[in-house]
Amino acid sequence: MITAIQLLALVFVGFAASRVILRAKDKKISITELFFWLAVWTVLILVVFFPGLTSPAADFLDVGRGIDVIIYVSIGLLFYLMFRLYVKIEEIQQDITQVVRMTAINEKKKRK
Amino acid sequence: MKTFIVIAAYNEERKIGSVLKDLKKKYDTIVVVDDGSKDKTAEIAEKKGVIVLRHPLNRGQGAALKTGIDYALQNNAEIIVTYDADGQFLVEDIKKVVAPVEKKQADIVLGSRFLGKTINMPFSKKIVLKLGVMVGFLLYHIKITDSQSGFRALSRKAAEKIKLTADRMEHASEFFWEIMKNKLKYKEVPITVIYDDYSIGKGQKWSNSIELGIKMLLRRFFM
Repeated sequence: MITAIQLLALVFVGFAASRVILRAKDKKISITELFFWLAVWTVLILVVFFPGLTSPAADFLDVGRGIDVIIYVSIGLLFYLMFRLYVKIEEIQQDITQVVRMTAINEKKKRK
Repeated sequence: MKTFIVIAAYNEERKIGSVLKDLKKKYDTIVVVDDGSKDKTAEIAEKKGVIVLRHPLNRGQGAALKTGIDYALQNNAEIIVTYDADGQFLVEDIKKVVAPVEKKQADIVLGSRFLGKTINMPFSKKIVLKLGVMVGFLLYHIKITDSQSGFRALSRKAAEKIKLTADRMEHASEFFWEIMKNKLKYKEVPITVIYDDYSIGKGQKWSNSIELGIKMLLRRFFM
């Protein structure tokens, strides 16, 4: 029997995975990224349908329940991805400034 | 010595004309970097016969100053003065900030409104600036009385060494960091800063100051 949370997870993962595949088709993300995200969603499905799978990890890390391990790991991963995004955005900002600067100086040279 | 006055301007059509008029009387090489203004700043500056560089997009004051500094260096500047577009500074003060660089007493000279005088400075502004001074001292061990002054003179050597990467207002504190890192000789000289409704409206907001403090901290310990 499928539970409500499992149904929700299925619908959500189906949606998220379809987005990932579409992006890959448009070549907006690379093959590596495609597999990374599909792996993330697959793990989510596995954990929701077979919660027992997380118990060995919980025992190994001395965390009470498997589900807690998942939550800790997810939060850690989220923070890390946020940080990566933040750095990336800063880099892009600086690149834009560099292009703007070159445009301004080159335009001046041309008008001379 | 070949001196360039660099001004970053963003939506300054009300003041830029008179500021440039005053400057033109004494200095002939003036570079205005129009930072993607939506008003007539660039047109007015061009009519005054100064060099105008146009940022097609607004990138912030730090970014605009760096564009002007890069341009000045490419055109063989020996001294670069950074100046504000909103009419807060006095043209007579330029020679005061330039003098120590000319005499090779300093690589970089910072104009200080606290050594000099301020006219109509709001009290809240004073607190924010004093906090900036404290943070600057704690982080960089640089004794300075005015941490956020936009009035500076740089020798060619200093301008080449200082790498400004911060686009927004935190460029002032970035100067400190670069002074410390490159072991540049710095000096403060008194200047006058005039506050009116216009410059207060254009100035930094409280919330920006907090963000600025955080960025200074991050830069100090992680870069």
